[in-house]
This record gives sequence, C-alpha cells and structure tokens, in this order.
Amino acid sequence: MAAFDLKLVQAKAARMRRDIVEMIASAGSGHPGGSLSAADIVATLYFGGALTHDPARPDWSERDRFVLSKGHAAPVLYAALAEAGYFSRDHLKTLRKLGSILQGHPDCKKTPGVEVSTGSLGQGLSIANGIALGLRLDHSPARVYCLLGDGELQEGQVWEAAMFAAHNNLSNVTAIVDHNGLQIDGACDDVLSVGDIDRKFSAFGWQVFEADGHDPSAIIDRLDEAASIKGAPSVVVCRTVKGKGVSFMEGLCDWHGKAPSAEQTVQACDEIATLIDESEVAL
Amino acid sequence: MSGRATREAFGETLVELAVEGIDVVAVDADLSKSTTTAKFASAYPDRFFNVGIAEQNMIGTAAGLAVAGKVAFTGSFAVFATGRAYDQIRNTVCYSELDVKLAPTHSGVTVGPDGGSHQMLEDIALMRVLPGMRVLVPADYNAAKAAIRVAAKTPGPFYIRLGRAGVPQVYEDGFEFEIGRANVLRDGWDVTLVACGLMVSQALAAAEILTEAGISAEVIDAASIKPLDVETIAASAAKTGAVVACEEHSIIGGLGSAVAEALGENQPVPFRRVGVRDVFGTSGDGDELLEHFGLAAGHVAEAARGAIGAKVR
Repeated sequence: MAAFDLKLVQAKAARMRRDIVEMIASAGSGHPGGSLSAADIVATLYFGGALTHDPARPDWSERDRFVLSKGHAAPVLYAALAEAGYFSRDHLKTLRKLGSILQGHPDCKKTPGVEVSTGSLGQGLSIANGIALGLRLDHSPARVYCLLGDGELQEGQVWEAAMFAAHNNLSNVTAIVDHNGLQIDGACDDVLSVGDIDRKFSAFGWQVFEADGHDPSAIIDRLDEAASIKGAPSVVVCRTVKGKGVSFMEGLCDWHGKAPSAEQTVQACDEIATLIDESEVAL
Repeated sequence: MSGRATREAFGETLVELAVEGIDVVAVDADLSKSTTTAKFASAYPDRFFNVGIAEQNMIGTAAGLAVAGKVAFTGSFAVFATGRAYDQIRNTVCYSELDVKLAPTHSGVTVGPDGGSHQMLEDIALMRVLPGMRVLVPADYNAAKAAIRVAAKTPGPFYIRLGRAGVPQVYEDGFEFEIGRANVLRDGWDVTLVACGLMVSQALAAAEILTEAGISAEVIDAASIKPLDVETIAASAAKTGAVVACEEHSIIGGLGSAVAEALGENQPVPFRRVGVRDVFGTSGDGDELLEHFGLAAGHVAEAARGAIGAKVR
C-alpha cells in the first residue's frame, strides 16, 4: 500500500473533476452530479494508497478489485483510470461516442481497468461478494471495494447481498456509500426514504464507519480501519454533496444526468482550476 | 416416464469436474436438494454457496466468482433462475461475457403438481435472445452430464435446461455433447421431427407410431438450440420436405421459433410446432400434463401428418 499524501490526492481529485466536466460536456450527455460527489472517494482509492493496483498490469492477480456499482458515475472511474495510466487521456474526449472504449456505463470488455460491467443499479455488491469468495478460495490477501449510491440502496438486491456478505464473514469486502442524498427524481428522502443507512447495515451484520466524503484523510482512515476488521464485511458511509466542486451543480438533483453547456463548462473548469496545484501532481 | 431425470446429472457432474481439477463452484438459492447441487456441496463444501431465497443475488454472486476466475454454476428452478434474475443475467453475466453456467432444474410442465407458477415455459425464449448465451436442452441424463461438462470447459455464459421428471434413456454413458451440432437419431424420408429435452423421446415414440402407418420420420435431437445446427436441420428438411418442432416450452420463442427462423431463411417447407400453446401450466401428473397440453407422442405424430399433408404435390 502506497503512502498517503493528502495534497496529491486532493490535486488528483481536482484534475478528475475537471476531466469529468470536460468529458461529459464533450459527450453532450452523462452524469456529472454523482461523478463529482464521488471524486474524492475514488481519488482516495486510486491515489491515496487504498487500492493495491498496477495500471501496467490490469489483470495482475494480486490487485485489489474495485466495483463501481453506481455505474452511471462512469466518468469518475474513467478519469481515475486515465490519470493512473490504464489508458491514454486522449480517450476521455471520446466518451459515449461510437467506437469509444469509454461507454456510457462501464464495460469491462472495452475499458482496461474496469473489472466488471455495471450500470443496472443494485448489482455491484453481489458481484463484489462473489469476487471476494473467489479470492478467499485462492487464499489471496486482496480486497474488494464496492461503491454504491444512496439512492441505489432502494434496490432489493443490495440487501440480499448485504445479508450474504455478513453470513459469509466477508471481511475482505468494503462497501462505500456515496451518500449525497439525491436521486434523479429528487431527494432520496422524498422519493423513497432509505432511512438510517448506518443502522440498516449494522442490523445486517456489517461494521459501519462514517466519513466526510470530501475529506481524503478521513476516507483513508476509515478505509484502513475497515480493512483491519476481521470476521465481518465493512461499509464506509460517506456524506457527500452532489455536484461537489462546481458551484452551480452542488446539491441539485437537476445535475444528476445532464451535460453542461459550453459556457457552463468554462465556468466549471475555472472554479475547479482554483483547486488544482499542478506542482503537487507528478505528470 | 422412466429413467433418470436430467437434474440428477447436475450435482454429480460438478463433483466429477472438481475431481478432474476444473475450478468449478456452485451457487444455489435454497433448492440444493431439489437441484442436486447438494451432492456437490457435501463433497466440496468450500466451493458451494447458498444465497438463501434470493435469485438475483445468486446470479450476481456467481458473476463475481467468475470475475475472480472460477467456473460458476447456478441452480434454482428454471422459473426463478431466469425470470426473477433476468436483468442480472443480461447486464452482468452476458454483457460482461462471464463464465457463469446457469443449469436450473424443474423446467416445463413435467414439474407436475406444483402447477403453473412453477412450470417454466418461456425460459428458452428469454435466454435465446441474449447475445453470447449458449442454450442447451439435453434429452436425458447422459446428455445432461455431457452438456454440463462441455459448458464447464467452454468460456462464456451457458443456459442448460434441466428437468425434474425421470426421462427415457436416449444416449449411452460417455456421450459427448458438441455445441452447435444436432444429432440425427433416426433416418427417415417423409417428415423431420426436430426435438429437444424430454420431447426427443416423444418424437422417437411418434416415429414408431408413424412407421405403423407407413410414414418414415427422421428424428433430430436439436439439444443445442443456440447455436442451432442449421445445416443439419435444413438438409433434413430438404430431404423430407416437412418439419415438426417438438418442445416442452411455449410455441413462442423456443425451439420451434428457432427452427422456423432457420427454415424460413434456408429451406422453407411445411412446418408445425408441438409445444404449449401460449398458456400457463396447471397442476397434474407429468405424463397427464404432456397429454393435456398436446405434447405426447400421439400429438407429435398428428402434427407430422399435418405437415406432410401440407406438402405441395
């Protein structure tokens, strides 16, 4: 596990935010809100030392696995994978276009570094559990991380999987909830309240941690604690702001799934640029 | 009905594969005794996972095991393993082209007394339209063993349709299943009976009935519904000039549809479908239900006469 460098992770997250906005603008469609809310989480995973991985060897057997269950946040994953070097940054501007390796939702057959195709919500945790069982059978120390949306927790399969992970003591699974409180039709609490997420997971037999989802230091600390848990799966519920980092997108469900205009893109990138200290990022 | 059920091959064959060193695992959903995966579970407890009554999670968990490099078989009954988890099969298993092999049991009307809710008659249709999914419907116990073996050793998703009821033996022990190949079990000149699953035995019995009436029927086991052996079926149709498709499934979307598509494009001839005619099943004894829904040998023979009668003379 690489050492944690807060400034590096913050700089990576800022660059990923810029890439997210630019690639969605270039595509003319996509999901900025939930990609931006997860940017600090995903940056911490890939650049904060949480994930053991090697961009030169996407199939390395000892790598940790990351499953993006909230597949519509594909841009945040693509931004991280490009930043890490899984593929050329040139691909980012091809997002959602015919012939692109970057599909509207993650496609493992097309994109290096994508473990499994996702996009239909509610399925990632089951997949993560299955990977974890396979790793356990192979006596691998690798871990599986699975990022879910809070609205996604409305899918029943998530709770089938939650029950299963606890029953099978899958301590090599860490779920992360991007708890931004919004979904397409409005606030989660208005559409269908997911209630107390912490207590729900706790009641299902999970070790539950909370973190400010925009504080990489807090996220890495909780992920490290989660990784040390024996005999139970763990979940880190991250409080986040949908659209985080772009003032006019923050906290608005309208930005769940639409592209910014050219003018809005310039404004967004200007705002994000103030967060980027290029000297902190090894290019 | 006599003989062993195709489901009896499931758990036994998984054990054989594991003994041979194939990295198989199995996931079932609280039906391991009925599907016979319990036999694998007792031999390899660390390789068997029971998800409880949660078929979507069964498919998703198997998908993850496949991502981790395992050859993952799933159980449950055909009705739940397909319809209940269709999106998981489509978007996770097939879209990612994973080594998940669905081998649910209790397909068709011969489930019997449990009734229409449990008699799956649309599964071939649902599975056949999925890109990359291979669909195998073995005729007997030995064919089921062979189908499970070939699926385990061939990359990508498979659907192997197994049944609850005992069925007559068609193939010898050691039979090898070839994906995409139909087996001509009996040569004939007047009509071709293309069948799958337990309807292969009914078609063979129908051929005997027809022989007594002086009609020569060719019988083909099209167990590999996808990919379908279009060449063998079209060649037989060219020879006999009339075809009947026979399946323990809806006449919509299954073997009959696959054969109709193949013949329509390659060798149009008078054609009849024997299958369940767009209705749900009902409680009853398996043999009774084959008669009730028009799937018995006599019905196949009658459909053959109809197809022959429609030939242009």
